[in-house]
Amino acid sequence: MFKVEGITQIFGGLTALEDVSFSVAPRSITGIIGPNGAGKTTLFNIVTGLYTQTKGQVYLGGKNISFFEPEILARLGLVRTFQNVELFGQMSVLENVMVGLHTKSKSGIFSCAFKLPGQIKEEKIVRIKAQQWLEFTGLADSADVAACNLPFGKGRLLEISRAMAVEPQIILMDEPAAGLNSRETAGLAELIRKIQALGTTIILVEHDMELVMDVCESIVVLNLGKKLAHGTPREIQENKAVIAAYLGED
Amino acid sequence: MLCKIMMKEKRQILIFALFALIILLVPLFLKGNYFLNVLVFIGINTLLAVALNLLLGYAGQISLGHAAFFGLGAYVSGILTTRFPVDPWLSLLIAAACAATLAFVIGFPILKLKGHYLAMATLGFGIIMYIFFNETVDWTGGPSGLSGIPNLRLGPVIFDNDLNNYYLVWIITLGVMLLSINLSQSRIGRALRAINDSEVAARVMGVNARILKVQIFTVSAFVSAIAGSLYAHTMTFISPTSFGFNFSVELLTMIIIGGLGSIYGSFLGAAILTMLPEFLRVFRDFDIVIYGLMLILITMFMPSGLIGGLEALFKIIAGKIKWSAARNV
Repeated sequence: MFKVEGITQIFGGLTALEDVSFSVAPRSITGIIGPNGAGKTTLFNIVTGLYTQTKGQVYLGGKNISFFEPEILARLGLVRTFQNVELFGQMSVLENVMVGLHTKSKSGIFSCAFKLPGQIKEEKIVRIKAQQWLEFTGLADSADVAACNLPFGKGRLLEISRAMAVEPQIILMDEPAAGLNSRETAGLAELIRKIQALGTTIILVEHDMELVMDVCESIVVLNLGKKLAHGTPREIQENKAVIAAYLGED
Repeated sequence: MLCKIMMKEKRQILIFALFALIILLVPLFLKGNYFLNVLVFIGINTLLAVALNLLLGYAGQISLGHAAFFGLGAYVSGILTTRFPVDPWLSLLIAAACAATLAFVIGFPILKLKGHYLAMATLGFGIIMYIFFNETVDWTGGPSGLSGIPNLRLGPVIFDNDLNNYYLVWIITLGVMLLSINLSQSRIGRALRAINDSEVAARVMGVNARILKVQIFTVSAFVSAIAGSLYAHTMTFISPTSFGFNFSVELLTMIIIGGLGSIYGSFLGAAILTMLPEFLRVFRDFDIVIYGLMLILITMFMPSGLIGGLEALFKIIAGKIKWSAARNV
């Protein structure tokens, strides 16, 4: 189970998040929505260790992971994707996913430089696994392409493949549908369900309401740094406060 | 897919074997030639360029003070062998270990910095070391230098002439080049390149960027100090001017001209910048202008260095040949 408790983030005089708490059931798909500036990405940055929160705790499977560094969180099974697709542009698609398998291998500088037998064996396994993740997301055909040459939609898929290679317990996706056309978005919805079927918990920040209402089992609404509502898609759609926040009050 | 990668690997081994063969055969055609001496320096500079490329080309961390590690290697080796009865080979190892230790210790605070700040910190480090080499006169001989450094020897072979030095330097350099190529194709090489492209994403994928940067900085210093020690034992005389800021910049110019992240590019850059002064004697002090001009032109028109430019050219020619072959059918 994943839980945030009383997360508060103050930047100078600005309160970006105020006392945000919610929990997420294992293997569920949760959406975090809210108008621009609601604090969604800030929350992601705190949870994934990129920002240090002013107050509040984060738990993963009963373990307090507040203030952990991102590289430790990856080893514990928490990964994310980025709103502005952060790929390793100079590397091939396959190599990008192989970086995702970094925590699944352990050869050091010495054994890599001298190509010790253990490293060669490990390298083969990593390559095969990376290939499998590309097949999982449907990118196998582009394995040799330099990541910076990928079209945007495929770049998003690559980011997800790379994150899945970590074999996370929980994956946080920051606006995975932004910039995708409707066909690609439909493919994404299917992929998200496939990821859930592997037993992974998914949290996504998203503006595409159609996608959110389609795949999410529960939705957290943030507005001006505060949690406004938490419920099933149906409950959220009927929530008066949410409608007011999105459309403005009469 | 896997088959394709294996072919790529085989091709790489073939290229390296060819390169090594050419390097090892060159002296046969240059017996007793002055040029052999230049080639020894190209070997030492290639070693340094490869070391800096590991840091800047792979991991994307700049150093404007790498001449300091080169100098530290030279001085530790020089002092140990002239003032104490230490065997030159042992002194080489001690020198490399000293530089690595220093890099490890300063690496943790320094490599937290990014971009210009890292450049400034390494620049400062280089200058401090330069002052050290100059001012600790009792040990280093100060500005007048340290002379009488013994040559390395292996059984009956004394490395006191250009031919022997050539093989000494180049066998070590080729070894380090091979290890660096291996590294770039491995888990660690990928992690370093990932840090170079996006440190945040690399960390989120579980790459411990902080430790890895310090590790590669340490390795880079280790190799630079070996180059320094080789320099001291082949020249038998060292003075601080060889290890100043100018040389740090020259090293940087080598790898940018040759190609960031490319091991053969390091060789190309080192070769050009070592030979250039020989041809530029007519320009005297204006050689720095030529360097600057080259740097500007290369970064403008060949962002991946000469090696990248050559590759592109090769691809165009290969494409033309294929095209005309197809037309003839």
